[in-house]
This record gives sequence, C-alpha cells and structure tokens, in this order.
Amino acid sequence: MSHGPSASGGAMIAMPLNGAHDTTPYTPVFTGARRSELDTIIARYPSKQAALLPALWMVQDTHGWVSNAGIEEVAAALAITPAYVKGVMTFYTMYHQHPVGRHFIQVCTTTPCNVCGADDVVRALLEHTQCGELGLTSADGKFTVIEVECLGACGFATPIMINNAFVESVTPESVPRILSELL
Amino acid sequence: MGYPHAPHARESLVLSRYFGDADARTLAGWRARGGYEALGTALSLDPLEVQAIVKESGLRGRGGAGFPTGLKWSFMKPDGKTHYMLCNGDESEPGTFKDREIMRWTPHGLVEGVAVAAHAIYAETAYIYIRGEFTEPLARVSRAVEEAYDAGILGANAMGSGKRLDVHVHRGAGAYICGEETALMNSLEGRRGNPRIKPPFPAVSGLFGRPTTINNVETLTAVPHIIKQGAEWYRQFGRADNPKSVGTKLFSVCGNISRPGNYEVALGFPFKEFLYDVCGGPLPGREIKAVIPGGSSVPILTRDEADGALMDYEGFVAAGTMLGSGGVIVFDDQQDMVRQIARLVRFYAHETCGQCTQCREGTAWTSRIMERIRDGEGTMEDLDTLVSIADGMTGKTICVLSDSCATPVMSGLRKFRHEFEAKIAANRSMVTVPGAFRASAA
Repeated sequence: MSHGPSASGGAMIAMPLNGAHDTTPYTPVFTGARRSELDTIIARYPSKQAALLPALWMVQDTHGWVSNAGIEEVAAALAITPAYVKGVMTFYTMYHQHPVGRHFIQVCTTTPCNVCGADDVVRALLEHTQCGELGLTSADGKFTVIEVECLGACGFATPIMINNAFVESVTPESVPRILSELL
Repeated sequence: MGYPHAPHARESLVLSRYFGDADARTLAGWRARGGYEALGTALSLDPLEVQAIVKESGLRGRGGAGFPTGLKWSFMKPDGKTHYMLCNGDESEPGTFKDREIMRWTPHGLVEGVAVAAHAIYAETAYIYIRGEFTEPLARVSRAVEEAYDAGILGANAMGSGKRLDVHVHRGAGAYICGEETALMNSLEGRRGNPRIKPPFPAVSGLFGRPTTINNVETLTAVPHIIKQGAEWYRQFGRADNPKSVGTKLFSVCGNISRPGNYEVALGFPFKEFLYDVCGGPLPGREIKAVIPGGSSVPILTRDEADGALMDYEGFVAAGTMLGSGGVIVFDDQQDMVRQIARLVRFYAHETCGQCTQCREGTAWTSRIMERIRDGEGTMEDLDTLVSIADGMTGKTICVLSDSCATPVMSGLRKFRHEFEAKIAANRSMVTVPGAFRASAA
C-alpha cells in the first residue's frame, strides 16, 4: 500500500501533529475484563496471531491510536515480535499511527462519489473544520479530515465517516450543520 | 427492493424483501418471516444432499467471479480434516454497496446461509470477515450471531442436531485487496493482506492451511431461500434462452442517476429498461454517456452498448464487459472521462499490496500519466505508453488487481479516445505551434 501522500497530492492517512510525539505514559489495555475479552477472541482461532487485527482494534478503541507502546503490548500478548506487529499494522489504513483529532473524518472521493461532487465536500470540510490540509489536525485538536477510498456506500454520495459513524448524502451545504452537531 | 426507495414493480424481491424493515433484524422477527427453517432442513440432510440442491439451483458466485457455488462446495470432501467456511463481507469494489444492505437489514439471513454452507462443506467453524469501515453491518451481524448462540441455533448442538457450528465475526481494517479471497485469509490470520499464489487453491489449503470454502455475502444469503423453496423455484428467475445465469441479483446503482440505490432483478433483465425505468434514468436535462455495470474493475460501456446489454453473466460478456459485483456506476454527459478514469486508476494505485512488480509499478505510473493527461500536460506518446503498461499489467500477477487497473484505461482509451486526444491537442497547441498561444486565447 502506498501510504504517503498519493500521486495527486491528497493525503490518505493522518499526519503527525506538528511532528510532536505523544509523551503521556502508556496505560496497558489488556488487563482485567479487557484481558478476558482478548482471551475470548484468541480462543476463536487455531493460532494466537489471528487475533492481531482484533487486538489492534482494542488498543485503538481505548487510546484513539496505536503507539509504539501499544504495538509492544499487542506483540507481548500474542507472542509475536513488535516489528511484525508494526509490519502488519501499517498495511491497513484504519489504524492510526499518530494521535488524530477528536472527530476523525473520512471522506469518500472515489469515482462514484467523485462524479457526484465529493471534491466539493472535501473543500467544505477543510474550510469549516479549519484543518487547512488533508491529514492535518485542526489547532484545537477537534478535527482531522482525510480522503478515503470507496466506503461502500456509493448510492448515498457523498458518504463520510466521523469516527465510527456514517453520515450519508453529504453536500457542501450540509457540512456546517453536520459539524455544528459535534462537540 | 430499491432501498432507500419503494420497491419497483419489475423487481424480483428475494434477498431484499425486508430491506428497510427493522423488525426483520431481530431473531424473533426473522423467525416470524420463516427464518432458520432452511437451516433446520439442511441439518437434517447429508452435506452431499445440500451440495446437490445448490448445484441444481444454478447459483453462481455473486462477488464477481461467478463460479458455480454448488460445484465449489463439492470440492470439499469428508476427509476427516478440519474445514473452514469463510464469508467474504469485505465489500470494497467501487460502485458496490449491496452486501452492506444485506448485513444491515437481514443479518440473520446471512448467518443462516453461512451456517448452511458450513454444514454442506463439512466445517464446524465459519468466519464472517467484514470490512473495517462497515461499523453498522459489523454491529448487526455480531448481534445476530449472539442471538443465534443464545437460542441454540449455533454452538455445540446446533438446533438440536448434535452437530457443532461456530460462527465468528472478524473485522478488517481498511484494505481493498482483502476482498481477494487469499488476501482475506492472510488478513484473518493476522498477516499483511497479500494475495497468495494459486495453486494450492483454498479447497486444498486455505485458511490456516486447511481446506476452505469462501463465498460472498450475497451468495450465502441466497442459499436458505434455495433450500426452502427448491432449486426449481430458483431457476425460474432468468431468461429462457440462458440456463447458465439464473436467480435474482442485487444491483447497486450509483453515480449520475435519478434514483441511486439497490435493486433486485431476475438475471437477464434488459439493462436499458433497468437504467431508464427501474432507476429513473439520468438526472433532468442530462444524458447518460457511459456505464460501468459490474464494479470499477470491469470494462466501461458506452451508452449504446449499455442499451443493448442483458444483465447476466453471459449477457454482459456479449456486450464486452462483465457482471462482476453488480455495482453499476453511471456517468452522464457532464463528466470528463479522462478525469474519472484517472481517479479510478488512483484507487488501484492506492490499493495495490505491492508484492508484484507489474502491479506496484504499473498502477503508480499509470496514475501519474493519467493525471498529467488530465491536467493538460500529456502527449500522444503517453497514450501508447498507457497501452504498453496496461499490456504488461494484464494476466501477469498473483491476483487480478493489476488487470483491474488496466481495464478502465484500455476500455476508456478504446471508447473515449477523443476525450484523451482533445486534452492532449490543447496541450500541443500551447507548446509546439508558434503563435498558437495567442490564437487559442483569442
């Protein structure tokens, strides 16, 4: 996967905020009930490693992104190396390798949405979130906007995802109202 | 039905009958609609008998390849080995959003189909792999699985049959290529989603190195209906002169069309009537210029070609394209085909897993060349280069993502070459003809 800025310059993943690294101490995820939850997941497969994507999801759901410490925790829990975990994690676009805005907004701009005006939705989102550029987080830490390839909701152009929620049939005109409903 | 629209009289509602009906999502609601009767029947039959019914029904894979489902199942023998049933819910083909609605509205229909299939291929364990972005389908299917376990439909003694049936939901994390069956297996095993070299085919060595059957969501959801109403009933859907394509098919319609949405019609339906009658035709004052009928990986049709096509596996091949996933993307006369093909190519450049050189390099270079033509910086030589790269990308890689990137370029160049040449001509007059700048500005 080409994870950097695409050939046409639009960022397809979130960029680190001003190059800053998170320095807050890491709180382990797999303790108590969460450890039991992971064990239940592991038991579904004949290999521990098959729980890798689910384990990464658990870390991201807890911390909002997957740090190196998170990678190490996953590796230890599944008896694989941190380097292997990172290699797998970076294949997939949905795991955040940096902290992102409180509202992580993914806009589909693939062809079916593109012919319905998705680029205008991107422009409106960048303007009204004050993110400025795709992949950057707004100064107040509230928003990150990225372009994403086909969200599989092409009949509801333009669909966007705000964290885990889909918003369908978004237009440049509906962007301010959608954003105003986010805290 | 034409969710989110009311059903159209010419649809054949089988899979989509309960789209939009929230009560059908619950176990009680699903049972009230005859749910899980087919699983009860199937569990009372020998797996070979279930395979025979599905073979007889003529059901073919609805994910894109169109492989006969019963035949695929018959590769799985009672060999005493651990078998796996895999459901491909990684729907990511641009233009396709049918599995999403199946999983959102009738999750129990899918779970039932998966369970029937697992029994038919001598598997005790099934996994439903759903793309990471499909948060609502994930929640709905997970809830349905939970309800089915609580009711004893799944588990150590499935529906009191004495047989063990386990179904687990697995969430992807954002990668188109994981819809390729062997990439999906690698992804589920906790690896990068690189497709595997075939052979060995999944029926010999699939998930965790065990014999595996993998089917699309729509295919599996059709199975309980076939078990319940019979192969003969299913074969009635289709045109009389083509027994190879039978049953109903969900088509997702998007792009520049009056009523986008999912529509379920009998295979063999006339495409022109589908586009203009069922889907309402182009937006007011516009005309349809081109249609991609089966997801972004199949050749583009001109309006005239689309008008003459019949909507089944053979009908679309006769029109020079493929049924694919049934994702219909409509382009109207306001669209710049060069720009849209460039955008499609960028999709493949982003989604290549990068393990085959032809694909990794081919998608990237095709994308750059397409974008420079789009931006008025292309040359006539670029068109030859595109053809040459496309040739090098076709039929030479582990999976067909590479071919899929070459497809819109080749069909676009063949059918809309004048649009490419017009962009290049504008460029050439600027650069090479003395005085042309002033002339064209005037």
